[in-house]
Amino acid sequence: MSQTIRLTTPLTDQDVSQLKAGDQVLLSGTIYTARDAAHKRIVEAIKQGQEPPFPIAGAAIYYVGPSPAPPGRVIGAAGPTTSYRMDAYAPFLIERGLKAMIGKGKRGHEVKEAMVRHKAVYLAAIGGAGALMAGAITEAEVIAYPELGPEAVRRLVVEEMPLFVVNDVHGADLYEQGREAYGR
Amino acid sequence: MSAPREVQVSAISDAVAGLCGQADIELPADVRRSFEQAMAAEESPVGKGVLARLLENADLAQDTRLPICQDCGLAVVFLDLGQDVHLIGGDLTEAVNEGVRRGYKDYYLRKSVCHPFSRANTGDNTPAVIHTRIVPGDKVHVWLVPKGGGSENMSKIFLLTPALGLEGVKKAVLDTVIAAGPNPCPPIILGVAVGGTFDDAAVRAKRSLLRELDSVNPDPEAAKLEEELLAAVNDLGIGPAGLGGRMTCLKVFVDIRPCHIASLPVAVNVQCHAARHKEAVL
Repeated sequence: MSQTIRLTTPLTDQDVSQLKAGDQVLLSGTIYTARDAAHKRIVEAIKQGQEPPFPIAGAAIYYVGPSPAPPGRVIGAAGPTTSYRMDAYAPFLIERGLKAMIGKGKRGHEVKEAMVRHKAVYLAAIGGAGALMAGAITEAEVIAYPELGPEAVRRLVVEEMPLFVVNDVHGADLYEQGREAYGR
Repeated sequence: MSAPREVQVSAISDAVAGLCGQADIELPADVRRSFEQAMAAEESPVGKGVLARLLENADLAQDTRLPICQDCGLAVVFLDLGQDVHLIGGDLTEAVNEGVRRGYKDYYLRKSVCHPFSRANTGDNTPAVIHTRIVPGDKVHVWLVPKGGGSENMSKIFLLTPALGLEGVKKAVLDTVIAAGPNPCPPIILGVAVGGTFDDAAVRAKRSLLRELDSVNPDPEAAKLEEELLAAVNDLGIGPAGLGGRMTCLKVFVDIRPCHIASLPVAVNVQCHAARHKEAVL
C-alpha cells in the first residue's frame, strides 16, 4: 500500500530506507540542481581532489534547468529533465553519499544497483509541469558554474515538493510495476 | 497579372516573437480538451492524479505567465509562403531568428540551444530550424513549434524493407514507444510519416504535429492506421508520467505518401504532453 511521507534534507540512510516504490514524498529543505554539463564538472572536480560545489553526502540533486525568473519571482518554470543522461555520473556520486536523485524517466542498471548497494532513492517529479513545480521552490541561488546558464548549479529551498518514489533501496521500480498493472 | 503583395520581413519577426510567448505559456485548447477526456478515461488513480496536475499546471502558467514547461524548446518554424508575396526589408531567415531572439528574451523563456561539441549555449535560443514551402496565394502562414529535447530524443527513423509491410510499420511505432517508456513525458502525441525519403519522412512526421488533436485525417487509410496505433500504444500500460495507466498517448497522426520501390521509410516523431504550437497568418 503506497503512502505519503514527509522528508527534510539532508537525508539519512534511515530516511530513504523506509521508502517503497509507489510511495509519494513531500520533500522540504535545501536541494541542489545539476544537469549534464554540471555533473561532468562536479565529477571531474572530485576526481581531481577539489571540493564539489555542495556536500554530496546526504544530498538530494534535482535534474532541472529552470527557465529565467521573471521580475518578482524566485524562479521560472522548474520541472524535471530526463534522468538517463546523468546515468554516467550517478553511481560515482551515490558511492560518495548522494541519497536522492529527482528527475523523470528510466534509470540504467548500474544506477539501480548503486542505489541498492549504497542506500539511495530515485524520485520522479511530474515531467512538463514546470509552472506547478516552481510553486514548491521558495529560494533559488546560483552557487557554481554560472557560465552554464540554465545548466548552472543552483541551491534551492523547497517546501513539500511533490514526488513519487520510482526506485527504492530494495530494487523495486515503479515504472515496471505500473506497466505490469495496466498493460494488456 | 497582378503585382505581388509586399510583406516586410520585420512583420514576420514580430509575429514569431509573439508566437514564442503564446506557445510556451498557453496550452492549446485542443490539448486541454484532450487532457480532460484522458482524465475521464484513465483507469489508474495515480494516472488520473497526474492528468489533474497537468491541467492545474496549464492554469498556473496562464495566470503567472510562467512557461508550461521549463524546456521552452528549440524553435521549429514552419513557413508557408504565398507565391504572390514579395518579401522586403531584409533576410527572411534572419527575420525569423530575430523573432525567436526577441520572444525568448521578452517572455523569460529558457534558452536551450548550444554547440553540439563544446555545449556552449548560443545565449538567445537561435538558430531556429525553419521549414519553408512555396504555396499558392498572397499570404505568409507561420507556425511555431517549440520542441522539447526530452521527447525529441525518443524519436526514431526506420528504413524498413518493403517485405515488412504494414505490420513492420506498426512494430516500428510500438518499439519506439516501448523504448521511450516514461522518458518523453507521456501522455504523448505521435507524428508518424510513412513513405517518401529519409529526409522527407522526418519533416512530415514533425509537420503532422501541427494538426488539431480532435481533427479527422482526410486519408481513410491513414485514419484507420491512426486508430489502430493509438489502441495498441495505449495497451502498453505506460500511462501518464510513465507511472502506469491506460492513457499513454493522446493521438497518433499518420501521413502516408508514395516511396521508392526499394524503400519503406517510417519516421516517428515523439511529442510530449506539452504539445505547444501556435500560428499566425500575415
